Amino acid sequence: MTAPALELVDLTKKFGPTEIIRGVSLAIESGERHAIIGPNGAGKTTLFHLISGRLRPTSGRIMLAGRSVDGLRPYQISRLGLSRSFQVTNIFPKLSVYENLLCATLWSLGARYAFWESLARRRDAAERAEALATRIGLAHRRDVPAGVLAYAEQRALEIGIALGGDPEVLLLDEPTAGMSRRETEQTVELIRNATAGKTLVMVEHDMSVIFGLATRISVLVYGRVLASGSPESIRANREVQQAYLGEATHA
Amino acid sequence: MNRILRFLAPWLATAAALAAAPLVFRSNFALTTMSLIGINVIFALSFNILLGQTGLLSFGHAVYYGLGAFVAIHALNAAVDANLGLPLPLFVLVGGLGGLFFGYLFGVVVCRRGGLVFSMITLGVGELVSSCSFILRSFFGGEEGIVTNRTGPGPFLGYTFGPQMQVYYLTAAWCFLAIVATYALTRTPLGRVWNAARENPERAEFLGYKPETLRLYACCFAALFAGIAGALSAINFEIATSELLGSQESTLVLLMAYVGGTGHFVGPILGAALVTYMQIRLSDLTDIWQLYFGVAFIGVVLLAPGGIAGWVAMHVQAWRRGELARLLPSYALAAPAIAIAAVGAVLVIELTHRLFAHAMGQSTLLRIGPLALDAQSAGPWALAGVLALGGGFALRWVWPRVRQAWGAAASGRKGSAA
Amino acid sequence: MSQLVIFSLLNGVLYGMLLFMLASGLTLIFSMMGVLNFAHASFYMLGAYFGFEISRRLGFWPGVVIAPLLVGAVGAVVERYGLRRVHRYGHVSELLFTFGLAFVIEQLIEMFWGKTPADYRVPQSLDFVAFRMFGTDYPAYKMFVLLTAAGMFVFLIAILRRTRVGLIIRAALTHPNMVAMLGHNVPRVFMLVFGVGCALAGLAGAIAGPALVTQPSMAADLGPILFVVVIVGGMGSLAGAFIASLLVGIIQTFAVAINLSLSQVFGSTAPPLLGDLWAVTVAQLAPIIPYVLLILVLIFRPTGLMGTRES
Repeated sequence: MTAPALELVDLTKKFGPTEIIRGVSLAIESGERHAIIGPNGAGKTTLFHLISGRLRPTSGRIMLAGRSVDGLRPYQISRLGLSRSFQVTNIFPKLSVYENLLCATLWSLGARYAFWESLARRRDAAERAEALATRIGLAHRRDVPAGVLAYAEQRALEIGIALGGDPEVLLLDEPTAGMSRRETEQTVELIRNATAGKTLVMVEHDMSVIFGLATRISVLVYGRVLASGSPESIRANREVQQAYLGEATHA
Repeated sequence: MNRILRFLAPWLATAAALAAAPLVFRSNFALTTMSLIGINVIFALSFNILLGQTGLLSFGHAVYYGLGAFVAIHALNAAVDANLGLPLPLFVLVGGLGGLFFGYLFGVVVCRRGGLVFSMITLGVGELVSSCSFILRSFFGGEEGIVTNRTGPGPFLGYTFGPQMQVYYLTAAWCFLAIVATYALTRTPLGRVWNAARENPERAEFLGYKPETLRLYACCFAALFAGIAGALSAINFEIATSELLGSQESTLVLLMAYVGGTGHFVGPILGAALVTYMQIRLSDLTDIWQLYFGVAFIGVVLLAPGGIAGWVAMHVQAWRRGELARLLPSYALAAPAIAIAAVGAVLVIELTHRLFAHAMGQSTLLRIGPLALDAQSAGPWALAGVLALGGGFALRWVWPRVRQAWGAAASGRKGSAA
Repeated sequence: MSQLVIFSLLNGVLYGMLLFMLASGLTLIFSMMGVLNFAHASFYMLGAYFGFEISRRLGFWPGVVIAPLLVGAVGAVVERYGLRRVHRYGHVSELLFTFGLAFVIEQLIEMFWGKTPADYRVPQSLDFVAFRMFGTDYPAYKMFVLLTAAGMFVFLIAILRRTRVGLIIRAALTHPNMVAMLGHNVPRVFMLVFGVGCALAGLAGAIAGPALVTQPSMAADLGPILFVVVIVGGMGSLAGAFIASLLVGIIQTFAVAINLSLSQVFGSTAPPLLGDLWAVTVAQLAPIIPYVLLILVLIFRPTGLMGTRES
């Protein structure tokens, strides 16, 4: 039996006396598209920070393909094949769209700290960056400095950068936040195509996106997983309805 | 064929300019100045690897410059004493390697943190090395420094490097090499990731790059080129003193790179040339030239954070869009206002200086060419006041027009930020 | 021997408290505005020179009161017309602005007061001996500086923890936008904090001037050590700045008193490499001790002793 692509075992995180994550256990299999939902303040982004290495867990374990990664730094986890996007757009403003994507591909292609070869000569990086640009629909904005892009374009670039390293596991933090209906649909298509054969974990608030994309859903409330399962079972779950979905329909 | 020519053109032009300069400016003073400019260009380019490329502001960069000079000079003296017969140009590389060695040694500690903390650490390390230079007298030579004779190694390809002309060509050759090398560095994967780290150090880590290692690479390359510049300085002036690694030198290179413009490759080159020249010229004209440098620096930080290169680039873009003509009328109005205000301000500063210098026993006369203005009489003050205030008011009246013209020309583009 | 220890301790604490007077203002400004005020030591120097001028005309005590107010006013103007403009260009530009400012202030002071030290004297009222111990006098003026520094520390803590303004400042420390939306004039709070931070530095200068030498290199001498203190203590931590100030102050003062050198301990034949170090006394190494401490902290505890805010 192969290990899950991503496994959390009894994960907790405290900030001083305040416990944000109170014992989360999840096993996400390879190829799953796993959505994490929950009310604001439930700790979803904190969970992403823990998984991607930005924060250290207070206790518990995080395992990537069976290998323990808790306590590792972001660059180490990234090299192991886990990539994430950010809730607040976190791009390289003065570099062009193309250069943003190019930088994202370099480590995984083995370019490392190469100072003896010309960047232009690296066909593999150039091809991958161009392909990515087309995939996220920004090929026509290739040479525009990223800081000048429109909001939705920056969100698309955000996803593109996360994809650059060809990761096995992709974490997307509210990828469609602030987008129009049409932009959301395009982004969902992009995510669906880009994560074919990969493992996706995403935080989202838009229910249509979640129920359209996710193969499994976990509900995070006050730092604990309230329920986890297929979309249908979550939809039917009484507790979840009360804690989260129920409130939304009443609001 | 056309493309290759277009690519090579700026490089050929630079090489040609470097080679032809002594034919135009022949005096010994000019040759020494140009040599110093060449040295400072390398120094400023090395600094910009840290600031412009990687976003790391160092307040102690002269440490590698100075150490490169000392390593080169000791190596030179030792080689001549041992009759090794190594040619002089080699010792420039030795200085560079010396800089690289210390860049790595200090870098391992200094590069642990980034951002503002990095800057403060470089300040601390700079002071540390500076203080040590007074303690380690045998290496640093105490107050007199260490001297050498650049003709010591004997002729290389027929050149003794005694005459300033030959030293200039040595400097110019290394300068050209350094420009090519630092430019090539910007076109590598490492160079691009440095830029990413500059823009968003956090995200760069999420791309798989260890931040400390990126910084260390930047530190090492910057120290390498600073060491080369230091070695050339030691050869040029045949002396190395602990001033070379002091805070004044660190401040100067920061000034050169920043005023030139850190956002463009040519910025530090322009800045080094301008600041070196101004330093030599201004220090002849007035005692308080450092004050003017400081004020100019603050002016650049406040008003033109992209430096000279940024300012020129802005206008080149406007010219490409055909909008440059629209700016000219407002510039024509602004230029005299700025000139008058500047003259007035300089007069006020100089008169003030004269007035207070009097308390320390100096003359109160401000000499400008054939004129002698007495700081103790009202006349010159009235003149200075009128010019400064008049120019200031005129500028305030004209400035909205300039801004308007730019608004119309730029249409949506934000100003270049540092 | 105990005489040496006690006096060095007293002087060390004095020096440490002086450092803290400056480091506290710097930390407050950094925590609040994210600006590392490179010119902080320059405001200290301005305080000394203003204090000197005013004490010449109106007396020492008016000087000690007016000088900080003047320096605070200069700080407020600098914030309003300089720092605020540069803020949008990022932290590097802010730092460079304060760096240029420090440079210009030093040049201006040289222009107005010259390069030689100013004759800023201890006032008659405080020019007596506080106590005698082991045959050496300890001047009352130094006790005065010590008391003022301690008083300042208490004052700072009280303001921050027990007043409304302090509460607003502490809130704006981490959530400036929220505080602005609650109706507080955050830019004005920033200007206030910067002004007060500079005023505290000015007070330190006005008081320390007579005890130490008042000269144009004051700022450049103290500045780097100040930043070492702030980094060693941990950026953004007042408690850390306090501990680090005392640490640096005491260690450096003790070092100056120790005339030991390696040659005295191990014999006078120097090793071939770095032979200069053999004859050097600990006292001569005293100036670099803060920087050695900095490097040690960076290796073993990079976020500082009590680091809170990451730059």
